[in-house]
Amino acid sequence: MPDTSLLAETGEITSFAGRFFREGFRPRYELAELLHQCYVVGYQSLPMVGITGFIMGMVLTLQSRPTMAQFGAESWIPTMVGLTIIREMGPIITALIFAGKIGSSIGAELGSMRVTEQIDAMEVSGTNPFKYLVATRVMATTLMLPLLTILADAIGLYASYLGINMKGTTTLALFVNNILSGLTFGDVLPAFIKTFFFGFAIGLIGCYKGYFSDKGTEGVGQAANSAVVVASLVIFLLDLVAVQITGLLGLN
Amino acid sequence: MQPESITQEMPRPAAAAAAAETVLTVDKVSKSFGDNHVLRDFSLALHRGENVVVLGKSGSGKSVLIKCIIGLLTPDAGRITVLGQDVAALDHAAMDRLRAKVGFLFQSNALYDSMTVRDNLLFPLRRHWLAHGPEEEDALVLQALDDVGLAQTAELLPAELSGGMRKRIALARTLILRPDIILYDEPTTGLDPVTAREIDHLIREVQQKYRTSALIISHDMNCVRLVADRVVLLVDGRCYAEGTYDELARNMDPKVKEFFA
Repeated sequence: MPDTSLLAETGEITSFAGRFFREGFRPRYELAELLHQCYVVGYQSLPMVGITGFIMGMVLTLQSRPTMAQFGAESWIPTMVGLTIIREMGPIITALIFAGKIGSSIGAELGSMRVTEQIDAMEVSGTNPFKYLVATRVMATTLMLPLLTILADAIGLYASYLGINMKGTTTLALFVNNILSGLTFGDVLPAFIKTFFFGFAIGLIGCYKGYFSDKGTEGVGQAANSAVVVASLVIFLLDLVAVQITGLLGLN
Repeated sequence: MQPESITQEMPRPAAAAAAAETVLTVDKVSKSFGDNHVLRDFSLALHRGENVVVLGKSGSGKSVLIKCIIGLLTPDAGRITVLGQDVAALDHAAMDRLRAKVGFLFQSNALYDSMTVRDNLLFPLRRHWLAHGPEEEDALVLQALDDVGLAQTAELLPAELSGGMRKRIALARTLILRPDIILYDEPTTGLDPVTAREIDHLIREVQQKYRTSALIISHDMNCVRLVADRVVLLVDGRCYAEGTYDELARNMDPKVKEFFA
């Protein structure tokens, strides 16, 4: 029964998250591994996130320009693009790219380690593999995705500035001023906060899928694949929840 | 129908071993996975300086046995005592201290792909807090690599090594902790006959050089012949027969002959 397995897996992932909070913050602290994972999931995702952010800002500007011009509202493009990127497009697209690159990589890496008994080897080497492998990766994705989103937003907005100047002339100062005049903390803070949850979900699901990967190379592939699929779905669900919460708080 | 054990009919293999200190005792251990009863009241004793091979068909529960001994699996019933400590009664910290004295050579070698050979060897040393500075670390790594004849591989990645070399490095990672007991999970599986014999000789060299006790899981009869002081035949989760290689080779029981024919 698909419903039963969906419910069962949801319960198992929740239990896995509970284990993260129980074990992840107790000594022995794996700080060196946490920093290494921050480097791996953060620094090494920069090119992909940067390119995506640039294309997102450029395309959004070029596609919205004709419609805005019809209404004589070209001067509102920076405000509209700024709000769109910062509130929604930046976080969600960066999270999806991050899920594709990092979620699958974590799922495949841990799955491969499970299949080749490296996780068992860690345990007999005096190491709690959950803390060393899972807790550090989940913390790293939780901390790095918000930073990557800020970077993607900045690059996307700069690409938007370039897009506007392809068919007109606007100074950077005016462009920035237009964006800032349309933004409030109610736009920026919820969008920033939800990226922590996106990062947590991507790390947790990638680790869960890899850590409990079935034996064999097929299991490794399935772990990588389902890590991306489930994490992407959860990102949209979390986004929906975030919109409802900000609506209830009067921030929409 | 379960086969009857013929263990009682076998004479003790070596009087010297019987008199030696027992470092590992498996006492009536049972382990099931659902309806699959992998181990049934299995018992075994390992003495200091002795190599015991647990022989059995694939899927007969050999690997489950050593994973119960090292605490990776928990038996449903029975008691396992390692170096005088009841494994089931140990907390995490005590278990880690015990694991520092018990080496485990995994069937798949379980070398960390992302680390160099040197870092692979240092990993258990550092995690067990047994390293005291870079100079001592270097000396221990060099000694362990020298023991397995691969002193020049420290900066290589596991992917750059052959199957036999990876097995040796995995053994070096076990030896670096100077364990009292080594558990070998099918040490020659997947290796060509020449490399497999080299690993067999290495197991003997380690036993003689460091006076380690070893429990070796295998179904490679050449390995059994070369490394075993005593052989325990595992059939349907039970200890079916026990003795030296020669004693079991002379045994006319059909289930024993399946292996020694």
